[in-house]
Amino acid sequence: MFRNVAELVELAESQGKKISQVMIEAEMEVSQRTRETILTDMYTNLDVMEKAVRRGLTEDIRSHSGLTGGDAKKLQEYMRTKPFLSGPTLLNAVSMSVAVNEVNAAMGTIVATPTAGACGIVPGTLFAVSDKLKPTREEMVNYLFTAGAIGYCIANNAFISGAAGGCQAEVGSATSMAAAAIVEMAGGTPEQSAQAVAIALKNMLGLVCDPVAGLVEVPCVKRNAMGAAIATVAADMALAGIKSVVPTDEVIEAMYRIGCSMPTTLKETAQGGLAATQTGRQIEAKIFGVQLEKK
Amino acid sequence: MKYKSVFDIIGPVMVGPSSSHTAGAARIGRIARKLFGRQPKKAEITFYGSFAKTYKGHGSDVATVAGILDFDTFDLRLKDSLQIAKDLGIDIVINTSEELTGHPNTSRIRLSDDEKDVEVVGVSIGGGKIEVTKLNGFAFQLGFDTPTLMVLHEDRFGMIAGVAKVLTQHKINVGLMEVSRHDRGSRALMAIETDSVVLPEVLEEIGNIPYIFDVSLLSLQ
Repeated sequence: MFRNVAELVELAESQGKKISQVMIEAEMEVSQRTRETILTDMYTNLDVMEKAVRRGLTEDIRSHSGLTGGDAKKLQEYMRTKPFLSGPTLLNAVSMSVAVNEVNAAMGTIVATPTAGACGIVPGTLFAVSDKLKPTREEMVNYLFTAGAIGYCIANNAFISGAAGGCQAEVGSATSMAAAAIVEMAGGTPEQSAQAVAIALKNMLGLVCDPVAGLVEVPCVKRNAMGAAIATVAADMALAGIKSVVPTDEVIEAMYRIGCSMPTTLKETAQGGLAATQTGRQIEAKIFGVQLEKK
Repeated sequence: MKYKSVFDIIGPVMVGPSSSHTAGAARIGRIARKLFGRQPKKAEITFYGSFAKTYKGHGSDVATVAGILDFDTFDLRLKDSLQIAKDLGIDIVINTSEELTGHPNTSRIRLSDDEKDVEVVGVSIGGGKIEVTKLNGFAFQLGFDTPTLMVLHEDRFGMIAGVAKVLTQHKINVGLMEVSRHDRGSRALMAIETDSVVLPEVLEEIGNIPYIFDVSLLSLQ
């Protein structure tokens, strides 16, 4: 089993395989399960993701608190009726990522990728990029294995939860995972996938986890939106041959060290950042009657 | 390596909104329920750290109770767990603690009825993955990703060998093993992750070894 991104890329390139295939084979070895059962489980995840995207884009989703919901549809409507500025794949990725995260906030069914707070980015980019690249269903499942391989490296060398490492660990990880998977689906090399991870994660470093009222809504939904945008652009940059000066595993290590030195108030405790703004506190008081944590 | 499978990263399928505060919380509750073995009369839940600060927003209380009701992370009944528990007559008590713990997302669950009680301390380490750090006061670090053999026994010589002998006879390989005891010569708990299925007759055989009080197979699957 590979222990970091460098080993993953080395395994893939030396055997002339894609990252997704290396991940599937590693999973077979570790779990002692057959390729078929592993693929079947991932197809199930893909189906759940597809349903969540569709729900977010077509239904009137509203969270229990009323703070989030409806923005994915709003963006789709804007794309239909206005001469939008960024490209259709990018805006689709953003809107589908928002769709899934809105479904999550409304306590709908999603797949954690790697977490629920960041669950929009991987499926959002997957279905948006698929609209353009027209992959087979198997290639779509491979996208998830590639994303999973990168997430596996980050989770074991740093962290993937906001409580442990801030939003950089959640939305940052998801963004990097998506960037690598987009590169592979677009025909890039494993090395280019690794570069996309570095480029994406660098732009997420230091991002704190400061959910208003402790809810996975504000700013999570909009961070999923921008995570999808960064992932897509990072993938394009890597496919263009742009390289990160700092190697991918060192960027992951930097993320870990930044997370360790981040104060607790900024790690999913609703005590700092946006949660501690005047509006954040007002929302908190309105929802719970009292503030969760006094200033 | 804390995360062993691609499905730790792409998964679980779950009801939102938080993998650590909802799905992870539910899984800790479910391990407590499985250890207890039946529906409890009372459940006392204590949240620490980020759990204590944000459990209302993330529905960690609802999720933990869902786990105690033996619901999986994707069970749509999860949302209504507090009402379901009430209808079943389960007394739920939720506390928060300022005490510092090793990990920000920690919960302590005590389940009881007239005959017995169990206490589980678990941490939700991210992405829905959990680690149980204490079982009835015994210190552990267990993920319960795979079925785990739990053997409660007297703390004396030959116990590990006795269990290992039965596993050897059935050609069962041990992947991971932890042993924890309260005090020297008192009770000890063995936790064994195996590479192959442990059938009921193997459990029975282990249970027949002298000085073993209880044998069970615990898993989140």
